[in-house]
Amino acid sequence: MTPVLAATNIGKTYPGVRALHDVSVELRQNEVLGLIGQNGSGKSTLLKILSGMEQPTTGKIRLRGVDTIVRSPLAAASMGIGLVHQEQSLIPNLTVAENIFFDKPSPHRRFGIYNWRGLNREAARQLAKLECDIPPDIKVDALSFPDRQMVEFAKVLAIEELIDQPLVILFDEPTSLLSPSEVEDLFRQIRRLRARASVVFVSHRMEEVLEISDRVHVMVNGENVAERTQDTTSHEELYHLMVGSRRSDDYYQESGREPVEAFEPRLVVAGLTAPGRFRDVSLSVRSGEIVAVTGVAGSGAETFCRAIFGAEDGVVGSVKVAGHELGLSAMPDEAIRAGIGYVPAERKLEGVIVGRTVLENIILTFGPQMGRIGLINRKKETAQALSWINRLKVKTPSPVEYVERLSGGNQQKVSLAKWLMSDRLQVLILDHPTRGLDPGAKADLFGVMRELARQGLAIVFVSETLEETLGMADTVIVMRDGEVSAKFEDLCLHKPRPEQIVEAMV
Amino acid sequence: MTLTQNAGIEASPYKGAGRLAGQPKVASRLRFPLKELGPVATLAVLVLVFSLASAQFLSASNLKVVLESSAIPVVLVVGLSFILIQGSIDLSIEGVMAASSMLVSLLIANSVTGFDLGWWAILAGACLGSAFGLVNGLVYTFLRLPSLIVTLATWFVGLGIATLLFPGRQPQILDERLTRLALDKSLGVSALVFLALAVAVFGWLLQTYTQFGRMSYAIGRDEKATRQSGQHVRFHKILAFVLMGLMSGVGGVMISAQLAVGNPAAGEGFLFPAVSAAVIGGTLLSGGTGGVLQSIIGVFILEVLRNGMIQLGVDPYLRHVAEGLTIIAALVIGNWSLRGRLRIVK
Repeated sequence: MTPVLAATNIGKTYPGVRALHDVSVELRQNEVLGLIGQNGSGKSTLLKILSGMEQPTTGKIRLRGVDTIVRSPLAAASMGIGLVHQEQSLIPNLTVAENIFFDKPSPHRRFGIYNWRGLNREAARQLAKLECDIPPDIKVDALSFPDRQMVEFAKVLAIEELIDQPLVILFDEPTSLLSPSEVEDLFRQIRRLRARASVVFVSHRMEEVLEISDRVHVMVNGENVAERTQDTTSHEELYHLMVGSRRSDDYYQESGREPVEAFEPRLVVAGLTAPGRFRDVSLSVRSGEIVAVTGVAGSGAETFCRAIFGAEDGVVGSVKVAGHELGLSAMPDEAIRAGIGYVPAERKLEGVIVGRTVLENIILTFGPQMGRIGLINRKKETAQALSWINRLKVKTPSPVEYVERLSGGNQQKVSLAKWLMSDRLQVLILDHPTRGLDPGAKADLFGVMRELARQGLAIVFVSETLEETLGMADTVIVMRDGEVSAKFEDLCLHKPRPEQIVEAMV
Repeated sequence: MTLTQNAGIEASPYKGAGRLAGQPKVASRLRFPLKELGPVATLAVLVLVFSLASAQFLSASNLKVVLESSAIPVVLVVGLSFILIQGSIDLSIEGVMAASSMLVSLLIANSVTGFDLGWWAILAGACLGSAFGLVNGLVYTFLRLPSLIVTLATWFVGLGIATLLFPGRQPQILDERLTRLALDKSLGVSALVFLALAVAVFGWLLQTYTQFGRMSYAIGRDEKATRQSGQHVRFHKILAFVLMGLMSGVGGVMISAQLAVGNPAAGEGFLFPAVSAAVIGGTLLSGGTGGVLQSIIGVFILEVLRNGMIQLGVDPYLRHVAEGLTIIAALVIGNWSLRGRLRIVK
C-alpha cells in the first residue's frame, strides 16, 4: 500500500545552519507516527516543510503517490494537510467561528461579506465532531487553554470539508502546555481521529510519544537516526538514541534527597487567599527543602506561586521569609528584598530580556547592589556573573552573546543565575522551570536545583509532569479549584503512587 | 475519561452554562459588549451633570449644536478606528483635510479661479484624500516604515500642498449646493449630520460584516499569525489607510461647506480630538480592541464635555485642563479591569 505522505531525502539549509540533512519519513494510512528528538534536532523544521511553511532545499514530497510541492500553508490545507501549532495560531480577539474558518474559504463568507449565522452554525458542526460544545460566537480570549486547543483542533478538522480524502494531521508539540489529564483528553481525540486521518505527532516527551504512536522516528542533529515500532522499543532505548548517552538511573539525583526536618522553616505562608483564584493556602518550606505545587490548569497552583512573590493583586494572608513578615500589598520588590527569587514560566516574556546579552541579563537585578551610593561596580558584578555562568554550566559562546541565541535550557539557567547573584536569596520559586526543555537540559536543571537545595535554599516549584513532581520534591502539595486537596510529605522516605496525586488533582 | 473532561470544564470561564447544556450563548459579537460600557456610562454621567448644572444644556437647540459639531469628528473616527484596530496610526488627518478643502474650494464655483465643476469638485476632494491614504499605505507597507513617521511626513506634505494651492487671497465658495449642506436644516439638523450618520452606519457594517473588518482585528492582535494563515495583511492595511484618507477628504469637504471659504488651516485642531475620542471610547492604540461605535461614543464624550463647559461659562484655558483630565479619567476607568501588577504599559 502506498504511504499517504512520503518525504524522501529532505534537506534544509538556512544561512549558516544545516537544519535537516537527508531525512526520509513515510506516513501510512491511519497510523500515528511519532517524531522525537531534542530541541534543535530538526523535528519542527520537518513539520514546517510538510505543512508548506518552509520549502525544502533538497528532496521531494509525495502525497498519496503523487509528487507534490507544498507551496504554502493554504496550499497544504487544500491538499488535506493540517498543522496543529505548538504556539497556537488562534487570534484571541476574534470569535471561535472566525478562527476556525480563518484560513480557509467558507460558503458563509462571500466576496468578503460575512454571514454570521451561517458561520456560527458551521463552526458548531465542526466542534461537534470533537464532541465539544464551545459556543462558536464567543471570543477566543475568554477560553481556557485546553478549550483553545480544541478550537485549534477543530480548525484543522474543518479541512475535511475541502477535500474528499483522509486528512494528514501534523501535531507540533501539542502537549507542551497541557497538564497530564488534558494530555489524556487530547490522546483520546487522536485515537478517535485515527479512523479517518493519518497523524504525525511531534514531542520531546518520550512517554507520550510511546503511548500514542504506532511507529517512532528519532531525530538527532537534523538527521533521522532510527525508526522503531511501538512494541519493539522502550523509554530507555529512545532516550539513549535521542540524547546519545544512557539515561542514568538517578535522573532526578534522588540520592541527594535528604530528610529536612532538622532545619528551620525559611518560608511560611499562612492562609493565603486571592478571591476567585485560590483560598486559604498554607505552606511551610524549610531550608534545603524542595516543595512541588501541582494541579490541573486553573487549579490555582501557578497563581499561588506568583502570589508569594507579590505578583498577584488582592491577596490576603501572611507570607513570612526567615521570620520577617512581608507586606502583601507591596509590589514584588519587597519580596525581592526579603530574599525571594521567582523564575517565571514565560521565559521570553518575563524571565530574560531578549536583545540583551547573557551578562546584562544576569546582573540586571542585583548587579547595582554591588556598587556603592548608586554607582555601579562593574568589575565586581562581572566577576560574580561570570562565576555563576561557570557554576551553572551555561553553554554560551561568550558572556556577551545575546540571550535569545541560547537554547531554552541555558536561557533558564541565565534566568536562575540572575537570582543567585543576590547575597540574600532565601527562597526560590520556579514556575514550570522545565517547560520546553529537552531531556538533557532537564537533567541538567534538576542537578542545579538539587545542588542549590543542598546549599540551603528553600525551593518551591510548579512542575510540568507527575514524574518530575515525584522525582524532585521532598513535599508535594496538590491543588484543586484553588484549594489544597492533598499534601504528601517526606518523599524520600515514602513516595506516593502517581494515581494518588492524580486523584487529588481532579 | 470523565475525570479529565471535568477538569477541562472547571478551567473554563463560562462554567457549565454554555458548554454542558449545549446551548450556545446569544451572539455577543453583534451587540455592544457589556465590558465596554464604561464609556457609555461616562457619557451618561457627563450629560446628567451638565443638565443639572445648566438649564440650557438639555434644550433641543443645544443638543443640535452638539450634533453639528460632532459631524466631522465622527466621520474622521470611523476611518481612524480601523487604523487603530490594526495597530497603526494616521497623523496626516489635518494635512489631508487642508489639501482636500483647498482643492474643493478652488475647483467649485469660487471667487478666485474660473472653475465650476460642481459635484465633481467634491468628488475630487474625496479622491485627493484617498490618494493621500493610498500613498500612506503603500509607503508604510512596502517600504516598511512606521506609520507614525510616514503619516507625520504626509501631514506636512498635505499642509504644504494646501499652502501652495492657496492663491494669495481667500477663495469664497460661491456654489450654494455645497454651502447649503451646512446651512439647510431638515429635522433641525444639517445634511452634514446625516452624512456623518450614514458614514457611521457604513463603518459599522464594514467592521461587523466584512472580511476587511474582521482582518483588521486579527492584524491588530496578532499580525504574524494572521499572515501565517495566508491572509493578505498588506492589502488590508493599505485598504485601511485609503479609507482613512477618504474620510479625511470627506472631512475636508465638510469643513469647506461649513466655512464657505478655502483655507489652508482648515484641518487645524482635528487630529488630537479624533485620536483621543477613539481612545476614550476604547479603541486603544495598542490595536485589536474597540470599534467604530466605541469611537463615536468617545466623540460624544469630548463634544458634550466641551459644550457643557461652554454652557457653564468655564474659562477657555481651564476647559483645556478639564478636557485633558477627562481623557485620563476615562482611560483609567476603561482600563481598570486590565490593570495587572506586571502588565507592561508603553
